[in-house]
Amino acid sequence: MSMSPAFDEMWADGSAVRRPYKNIKAWLDSEDRPSLKAKRRDANDLFRLTGITFNVYGSSEGEERLIPFDIIPRVITANEWNKLCQGLEQRVRAINAFLYDIYHSQEIVKAGILPLEMLKNNPAFLFQMIGVNPPGQIYTHISGVDIIRTEENEFYVLEDNIRTPSGVSYMLENRETMLQMFPELFTKNRVQPIQNYPQELLNSLKNTLPETAENKPTVCLLTPGIYNSAYFEHAFLADQMGIELVQGNDLKVVDGFLAMRTTQGHQKVDVLYKRLDDDFLDPLNFNEKSSLGVPGLFDVYRKGRVTIANAPGTGIADDKAIYSFMPEIVQFYSGEFPLLQNVPTWRCAIKDQLQYVLDNINELVIKQVHGSGGYGMLIGPTATKKDISNFKKKLIATPENYIAQPTLSLSTVPIFTNKGFAPRHVDLRPFVQMSPKKINIVPGGLTRVAMSKGSLVVNSSQGGGTKDTWVLEN
Amino acid sequence: MGSRELMLGNTANGLFWTYRFLERAENMSRLIETGQRIALTRLSSSDEQWLYVMQTSAVSEEYKKQYSIVEKEAAVDWMLRHPENKSSILSSITSARQNAKMVRHALTTDVWEAINGSFLDIQKLLKNKTREGDLPLILRTIKQSAAVVRGATYGTMLRNEEYDFCRLGTFIERADNTARILDVKYYVLLPSAKAVGTSIDNVQWETILRSVSAYGGFRLEYGHEAGPSDIAKFLILDKRMPRSLIYCCDIIKLHLLSLCSVYRNKPPSLLQIIQLQNRFLTHDIDAVFKFGLHDFLQKMISLFGNLSNQIEIDYRFYE
Repeated sequence: MSMSPAFDEMWADGSAVRRPYKNIKAWLDSEDRPSLKAKRRDANDLFRLTGITFNVYGSSEGEERLIPFDIIPRVITANEWNKLCQGLEQRVRAINAFLYDIYHSQEIVKAGILPLEMLKNNPAFLFQMIGVNPPGQIYTHISGVDIIRTEENEFYVLEDNIRTPSGVSYMLENRETMLQMFPELFTKNRVQPIQNYPQELLNSLKNTLPETAENKPTVCLLTPGIYNSAYFEHAFLADQMGIELVQGNDLKVVDGFLAMRTTQGHQKVDVLYKRLDDDFLDPLNFNEKSSLGVPGLFDVYRKGRVTIANAPGTGIADDKAIYSFMPEIVQFYSGEFPLLQNVPTWRCAIKDQLQYVLDNINELVIKQVHGSGGYGMLIGPTATKKDISNFKKKLIATPENYIAQPTLSLSTVPIFTNKGFAPRHVDLRPFVQMSPKKINIVPGGLTRVAMSKGSLVVNSSQGGGTKDTWVLEN
Repeated sequence: MGSRELMLGNTANGLFWTYRFLERAENMSRLIETGQRIALTRLSSSDEQWLYVMQTSAVSEEYKKQYSIVEKEAAVDWMLRHPENKSSILSSITSARQNAKMVRHALTTDVWEAINGSFLDIQKLLKNKTREGDLPLILRTIKQSAAVVRGATYGTMLRNEEYDFCRLGTFIERADNTARILDVKYYVLLPSAKAVGTSIDNVQWETILRSVSAYGGFRLEYGHEAGPSDIAKFLILDKRMPRSLIYCCDIIKLHLLSLCSVYRNKPPSLLQIIQLQNRFLTHDIDAVFKFGLHDFLQKMISLFGNLSNQIEIDYRFYE
């Protein structure tokens, strides 16, 4: 498979600017470079002041970095967006139904669609969740679905982030920063607002209460603490939602209910928006060494006395081995053809497929089944011979740990570099909120951009940046 | 209380300490400024006077463990930015910001950005050892930062429990600081003290007054004839002076009362401040001297410590 030039969302085939970007082009033509550079500097200062930074794991205490922010917005039309939304809603509903099924009667296994081994031998399958009924039957309160574009009308889901989707604070702050830096752009363009995301999320969580909740339900956000890489996002969201930000040591099980320690003693908590891995949630039921969680929390949950968002055990749905079954999963639960495509995926655990992967490794991306953050992957076309031969050994030793996908050419959008405008690859993470009442998708999402030329790695942990994402009004 | 739930004990803790550390950083900058001013304007001054400045801020013992002699450059560096000095300006502002980060959601955006912005500015300024020529700019920046945080707090925070805990932190730290400043050189304030030279033209007194930004105010209110015991009166019993013990205690009581009306209870901390006021702050300065100024100040410092601990217990800071 040869690498064709990527689809550029501004220039398409290079001849004329695409319609949605017409105003962007006019704006860029009218600005001079020094003033754009100055604005870019201002934008960075603003991010530092707001504190929208991330902590780097393994680096010295308190080191905070900015995620590079590019000032040129990424534009999506209302039609494109509406289509995406239909696909997202279908997919998230199916994933939620899938989670309920695998933790209950496992119809999908009985129907012969998903092999039992995919669950049985999967560390992301949380056996403690078997038979547990989450309030409102909701597992996926928030989903961050990574979407890539390869052509004018071709969108693929690259992965589903279900366990603890992050990055929404960047979506919100990128917009705030653009509003401050370039207010005139929002006068000239009709961009759909996203600012109500936190309020909508709070409403969505309050629509998913446990039956024991009373009149004024208490919602709080559980963070692992200030050294967590996403701490600022936790603090930011708690602030915007007007809820308490708690750590494990603020919480306690009192008389069979989850309670937080207030200035006047313990008070019941109804909904826990958790930003902590399942494993650390409760030392009595999961990892006994965890000091970040709440002893006995899961027992309260099992009795239906607290909502945890997202539900424990949802990680199985963003497992990359399960991902390869997603088209079948969507069809099984929705009874419809999937509106959003999966990227074709080879499962190395299957002998024939492993052979194909080994034979074509130069053209494929190999990913760890349980990995995330872009770590432990191999990008065939750009890898060295040594990397490839090392990776082949790993594939042969533990094939079940890997999947492979073609190196799809992610679409590009221009960024502003020191040398002028240059195309860079992007993806898109829209955030989907789900309650028993409805699915809500704020028009936009996090556009991640690979800052260096030709790179396909958009992960912030590896130098990727972000852009403001505009969904235009019709 | 409206429809909101009660705040977390841990949040109260974070707010309280954010403002204690902010106050500490500001007081430290004032002390350095005082030391520098005296060094520059007094022919007779020696590096030894920095020891006095450090004693005033209770950081001299640790300094002596690190350095064998008292000399200006080391003393200024110790108070400004030395990481081993937990009360240095850099340590204090870092702790303040750390606490603010923990309770970011309980602060307004304006206050958070004021604290975070101050931290970023001061951290940058104190990255390397300070050259003497840069000292005025640095001290000015710190004072301005403190003013911006104070202004944002005053102008944007709701007058609710959060605000009460912020103010309690500020005023307990301030009361403690004022008492310490007085106690280090209490003997020069005794009515029997023999003043060298004219009434307030005395290095010791000037240092005390400048350390609490009260040099001008004192002269204005008490005149040039005022004696050392007037300084004690001014800093202990003058309700117009926003750093006096009596003023700080009034504000502390105000906010403890405000918490009581929110929670509809009367915890021991409230009784403690009322007792403290009744026993020690309802008499005139002569009574204080009769009690013994040093004993009085020591008593106050220990009572402020008890009060701070009691607040932590009453409002479930830790458990």
